[in-house]
Amino acid sequence: MLRPAGLLVLATVSGWAQAEYKLNFQEPATKLARDVYDLHMGMMYICAVIFVIVFSVMFYSVFKHRKSSGRAPATFHESTKVEILWTIIPTVILLLMTWPVTKTLLQMRDSSNAEITIKATGYQWKWGYDYLKGEGEGIRFMSVLATPNEQIHNTAPKGEHYLQEVDNPVVVPVGKKIRVLTTANDVIHSWFVPAFAVKQDAVPGFIRDTSFRADREGIFRGQCAELCGKDHAYMPVVVEVVSQEKYTAWVAEQQKKMAASAADPNKVWTLPELVSRGEAVYMQNCVACHLPTGKGLPPVFPALDGSKIATGPKAGHMEIVINGKAGTAMAAFGKQLSDADLAAVVTFERNAWGNKTGELVQPSEIKAARK
Amino acid sequence: MEATVPGHADTHAHGHPPSGLMRWVTTTNHKDIGTLYLWFSFAMFLVGGMMALTIRSELFQPGLQILEPERFNQMTTLHGLIMVFGAIMPAFVGFANWMIPMQIGASDMAFGRMNNWSFWLLPPAATLLVVSLFVPGGAAAAGWTLYAPLSVQQGMGMDMTIFAVHILGMSSIMGSINIITTILNLRAPGMTLMKMPLFVWTWLITAFLIIAVMPVLAGAVTMILTDRHFGTSFFNAAGGGDPVLFQHVFWFFGHPEVYIVVIPGFGVVSQVVSAFSRKPLFGYASMVYATASIAILSFFVWAHHMYTVGMPVGGQLFFMYATMLIAIPTGVKVFNWIATMWRGSLSFETPMLFSLGFIFLFTMGGFSGLVLAMAPVDVQMQDTYYVVAHFHYTMVAGALFSAFSATYYWLPKWTGHMYNETLGKVHFWLSLVFFNLTFFVQHFLGLAGMPRRIPDYALQFSEFNQISTIGAFGFGLSQLLFLYNVITCIRSGPKAPAKPWDGAEGLEWELPSPAPYHSWETQPTVK
Repeated sequence: MLRPAGLLVLATVSGWAQAEYKLNFQEPATKLARDVYDLHMGMMYICAVIFVIVFSVMFYSVFKHRKSSGRAPATFHESTKVEILWTIIPTVILLLMTWPVTKTLLQMRDSSNAEITIKATGYQWKWGYDYLKGEGEGIRFMSVLATPNEQIHNTAPKGEHYLQEVDNPVVVPVGKKIRVLTTANDVIHSWFVPAFAVKQDAVPGFIRDTSFRADREGIFRGQCAELCGKDHAYMPVVVEVVSQEKYTAWVAEQQKKMAASAADPNKVWTLPELVSRGEAVYMQNCVACHLPTGKGLPPVFPALDGSKIATGPKAGHMEIVINGKAGTAMAAFGKQLSDADLAAVVTFERNAWGNKTGELVQPSEIKAARK
Repeated sequence: MEATVPGHADTHAHGHPPSGLMRWVTTTNHKDIGTLYLWFSFAMFLVGGMMALTIRSELFQPGLQILEPERFNQMTTLHGLIMVFGAIMPAFVGFANWMIPMQIGASDMAFGRMNNWSFWLLPPAATLLVVSLFVPGGAAAAGWTLYAPLSVQQGMGMDMTIFAVHILGMSSIMGSINIITTILNLRAPGMTLMKMPLFVWTWLITAFLIIAVMPVLAGAVTMILTDRHFGTSFFNAAGGGDPVLFQHVFWFFGHPEVYIVVIPGFGVVSQVVSAFSRKPLFGYASMVYATASIAILSFFVWAHHMYTVGMPVGGQLFFMYATMLIAIPTGVKVFNWIATMWRGSLSFETPMLFSLGFIFLFTMGGFSGLVLAMAPVDVQMQDTYYVVAHFHYTMVAGALFSAFSATYYWLPKWTGHMYNETLGKVHFWLSLVFFNLTFFVQHFLGLAGMPRRIPDYALQFSEFNQISTIGAFGFGLSQLLFLYNVITCIRSGPKAPAKPWDGAEGLEWELPSPAPYHSWETQPTVK
C-alpha cells in the first residue's frame, strides 16, 4: 500500500520538476492581447502594492499589539477624518485605472474594417466555419476534435496537443484583420483563443462578433469556454496563422476540395458504398451521444440499435436526422451535412449493429425530404 | 441593567414540550431551530464536500478516470447548489436564529411556527437534489447557474432541481421575514438601531436582499420549467425569446446572492475582531453604511458576469464602473477592521484566527474581483479557473471561515463547555494551508486558459491540477477535526463561564452558559 503511494508521489514530483510552469497569460499574438496582458500586469502591481501596505499594518499590529506583551488596549473607536481619507484615496486610485481600461475595451470592441469575415457556429460538440467575406469567401467546413478516444480513456499515451487538436483548423493570413461572427445551433458556446484575447459567446439564434489581427504566424489553440453539455471539454478551437502566400494556396486547395466533394446528385449509390461513407459520418457527428455501439445513454441520448425510428419507416428516420428534435440535444443535421452524407449516415444506422433492415436511402430521397 | 435569568422553572412555563424526535419536529424555540439549521448545514457541507472531492479526483490527471463527462457536470452543478443553498445560507440562518434574539434581548423569534416551517422545508429540498442523481438521466448538469438553453435540454433531474430551488427560496424568504420582524419589533428597551451588534445589522441588511432577489430566481427557474414542458419560448430565439435573457434574470438574483452569502460573515468578523482586540469596533457607523452601500450597489452590477455575451460596449462600461465602485465600501470595511486591531490588546484564540484568515484571504478575493471587474481583462478570464479561484476565496475563505469563527466564538454559549483550543488552532492552520494549496494555484490555471467545468484538460494544466487535488483532500479531511471538536465540546469539556472572552461585548454574554432554553423572558434594558 505504501509503495505505490510513494511511487505516485515520486512520479508526481518529478513531473512537476520537468513541467514548464505557466504562471501567466499565454504569449500574446495580437496587439490587443498585448495590451490586455500589460493591463493585467499593471493591475496586479497596483493590487500587490496596496495589499502589502494594508497587511503590513495588520501584521505590525498582530505582532506588536499583543495582550501577552501586557499592554492595555487603546479606547479610540472613530475618526471621521480617517474615514473620509480612506474613502477618497481608493476612489482616486480607481479613477486613475478607468482610463487605460476604457481605452482597451473600446479597441477590443471595434471590429470595423475587417479584411476577412468568418462565421463560427457552435454545435454540440464541434465548431463549423463559413468564410463569408474577403479572400476565401465560400469556404466552409466542420472542425472536430482530432484526439482519438483511446487517449481520452487512457488506453493510449496522450499526444502533445491532447484535446487541443482538430481535423480542420481555421486558417487565416498574418497581419490581416479577421472578423469572427459567432452563433450557435443548439446551446450557448464560447469561441475562445487566449493568445488573441478573444472570447465571444456563441448564442443560438443571434449573431455576435469579435475580431483579431494576428501579428505573427503560428498555431494558436483554445477551446469552448461556455458549458455546453456532455462534451464541452472536447470542442477545441485551433487557428493557424500563415503567410499571405500560404493562405492563397490554402484557399485554392480548399476550393478544389469543395468542388470535388460536391457529389453528382443523380448518382445512384450501392449499399456498401453508403454504409462505409455513413460510418465515417456517424463517427464524426453522432458517436458522442449515441456511442460507437449505437446503445446511446438512455434516456437522455436514446439507443439507435433496435430503435423504432431506425428500424421503422425511412421517412420518419430521415425527418429526425434532417430536422432534429426540439428540446433535446438532437440537432438538425440538415443544416450541417450534404445530401450524400445524410443519405449515407441514415443508411448506415439502418444497417449497423442489430438493425438489419437492408434498406438504403439515396441522396435524391434526402433532397426530396428536405422542406 | 436588569438581566433576568430564568431558572429551571421556565421549562414548565409552556406546558411540557414533546421529547425525543417530536421535540425537533414540532419545536418553535429559536435555539432548537438554530441547532437544526446548523446540523443540517454541516451535513450538506459534507455532502457538497464529497462532490468536490469527486470532482477533484477526476481532475487529478488528464483523461477520464472515474467519471463520465455527464456525471462530472452533474457533480459540479450539485456541488454548487448544495454548498450555496444547503450549506452556507442555512449556516448563517442558524447563527441568526441562535444569536439575534439573545443579542437584542428578545425572548424568541417573532414567528415561532413559521420559523419551524422555514427549517423543515429544507430537508425535502435537499432530498430532491440528492435523489435526482439517481433518476433516469441523472441530476441537472447545466452548472449551478442553470443557463438556458442547456437547462431546457436536460432530463427530469432538472425539474427536481427547479422544484428544490422553489422550496429553498420559500424557506429563505420566510426566514428573512422572521429576522426582519424580530429585529425591528422585539429589541429590548434602549437597544436603538445604531446600538445593535454588527451581526444583527448585517443580517437585517441581508434579509432585505433575500426578500428582494429570491423571487427573481424563482421566476427565472419557472420560465425554464415552462420552456421545458409548456411550450413557452422565453429563452428560445426561434419562438421570439432570447437565451441571454435568462442570464440577465439569473444574475440579477445571483450577484446580490453572493453578498447574501458573505454579509452576515462581515458582521461576525466585526464582533470577533473587536472582542479579541479588547477594543470597541472602529467606525461602527461607517461599517453600517458601508454594508448598506455594498448591498445597494449589488443590484447594479449583475452583468459583470456576462461581459462575453456580446452586450453593447456602453453596457460593458456601465457595469464595469459600477463594479469598481463596490471596491470602495469593501475597502472601508477592511480598513476599519485593521483600525480596530490597531493598539488593541490582541490575543489569538481560534475565533480570532479564523477572522484574521477571513480578512487576509477575503481581501485577496476582493483584489481578484477587481481584476475581473475590468471588462477587457475579464474577457481572458471569463469562465476559466481564475473565476473559480476568485469565488472560492470569497465563499470558502470568506463565508466559510467566518462561519467557523462564529461557531468557535459562540460554541461555549451554546453548549456550556469550552472547546479544545489546541485542536481549534490546528483546524485553522490546516484549513488555511490546504485552502491556499487548493485554490491559489487555480489562478494560474485560469490565466493559462483552462476553462472551468471540464472533466478533462490539455497536458499543460496537469501539475497545478494535481496540487489543487492534493490540497482539496487535505482541506476536506481537516474539517473532520472540526466535527470532532464540536461533538466533544457538546458532550464534555471544561465548564464555560457566562462570558468566556474577556473582551466580548453584548447581551448574549450576560446570559449563563449554556444559554437557558428560554432566555430574556423579561426584557433587559440597554443604556
